[in-house]
Amino acid sequence: MNVITDHLAEFGDGLLLTVGLTLLSLAGALAAGVVVAALRVSPVRVLRAAGMAYVEVLQNVPLLVWLVLAVFGLPEVGVIAGLFTTAVVVIALYQGAYAAEAIRSGINAVPAGQGEAARALGLTFTQSLRLVILPQALRTVIQPLGNIAIMTLMNTALAAAVGVVELTAAANRVNLAEAQPIWIFVTAGLAYMALSAVFGLVTGTLERRLAILR
Amino acid sequence: MIAVRGLHKRFGDQTALRDVDLDVARGEVVVVIGPSGSGKSTLCRCLNRLETPDSGEIRVDGAALPAEGRALARLRADVGMVFQSFNLFHHKTVLENLTLGPTKVRGDSRAEAERRARELLDRVGIGDQAGKLPAQLSGGQQQRAAIARALAMRPKVMLFDEPTSALDPEMVGEVLDVMTGLARDGMTMVVVTHEMGFARQVADRVVFMADGEVVETGTPAEFFASPATDRARDFLAKVLSH
Repeated sequence: MNVITDHLAEFGDGLLLTVGLTLLSLAGALAAGVVVAALRVSPVRVLRAAGMAYVEVLQNVPLLVWLVLAVFGLPEVGVIAGLFTTAVVVIALYQGAYAAEAIRSGINAVPAGQGEAARALGLTFTQSLRLVILPQALRTVIQPLGNIAIMTLMNTALAAAVGVVELTAAANRVNLAEAQPIWIFVTAGLAYMALSAVFGLVTGTLERRLAILR
Repeated sequence: MIAVRGLHKRFGDQTALRDVDLDVARGEVVVVIGPSGSGKSTLCRCLNRLETPDSGEIRVDGAALPAEGRALARLRADVGMVFQSFNLFHHKTVLENLTLGPTKVRGDSRAEAERRARELLDRVGIGDQAGKLPAQLSGGQQQRAAIARALAMRPKVMLFDEPTSALDPEMVGEVLDVMTGLARDGMTMVVVTHEMGFARQVADRVVFMADGEVVETGTPAEFFASPATDRARDFLAKVLSH
């Protein structure tokens, strides 16, 4: 047990960085997801194609490849950003593709009459989407978005591979010094599980509070 | 108020509307009847371009119906629509359903929109339901709220697409009463319905459609007493025999 208590500071710093990475990239992913889902249902063909291209390109390359590409490739083309910032942006854009697909399925689940009624009132397509369709769509996909939140949390561990010292990297460093992998990584694993449990609770509460009576 | 010329609409290889002409004068109540699949709902939905016609021209208050975009949205704001399945916004209270259009499209202040919304809800007899969600109302109450929502936009014309077809029989009357009141107040109305009593008593003119065509049109007195075509006679014999 000493191996954990002796290194509480490292674990604590790593955990904080993991939470920061997760919350920031999740916020970005939801924003990207809403925008890309809106593109995918747009009446304009070019915008629909752009939304689809985004999802296909982002989803069909592993996150680790994107991270390595961004960390080593962006400086080559003159974009200099910190490792943490780069990781947040890459994870946000990557998870954004998954969020977009979940949100799009929510949009498709909103009865067609809702959009027709909105347009019949004189709302533009964008207003209908923002004021009528999306508020209902998002409530129906709280559960899948919760899963994406957990997936985002797990995927932040990949940032360890490009030098961000989040929880997994911190655990790895402690292990290099102490060589007690079971204690160290079980501890890290339990921390991830605790964070996931928080997401699960939040998702369940939101789903109960925001359920739509039909 | 509404002028339709040579309207054609196809769904795949099915022709829904064939060369339809229709004129609705200001303050006139036109009731469109006909068998299922005769194209009457499609005609109604073409009038505010929820369906895009394949050819033909529609003018509302002198202006040709714009194809899309903001101009179309502006025109739709002047054309109220009531649907068979109410289509109230599920996530908003009844009051919010009524204030959404006026505040976002007309630019009314929230206070003004709410004041008018409450007036309209009182007028359709559900003033005490303002704070409820649509799902907490009966079908008849939902449809009356939907009529009030359309009226909140101060429309020039009201379209009714089978407004009582999804209602339990005991709730049909309360909705028809509201519509009759509107007609008395001089609203221009196009009503697609199977309610022959309403057509007889409230319509200024009855339009009978079959197979995507306007087969016959006339005053309710003429039409119900002595239909000119076999198809209208046949239809009336079926719907009026019970």
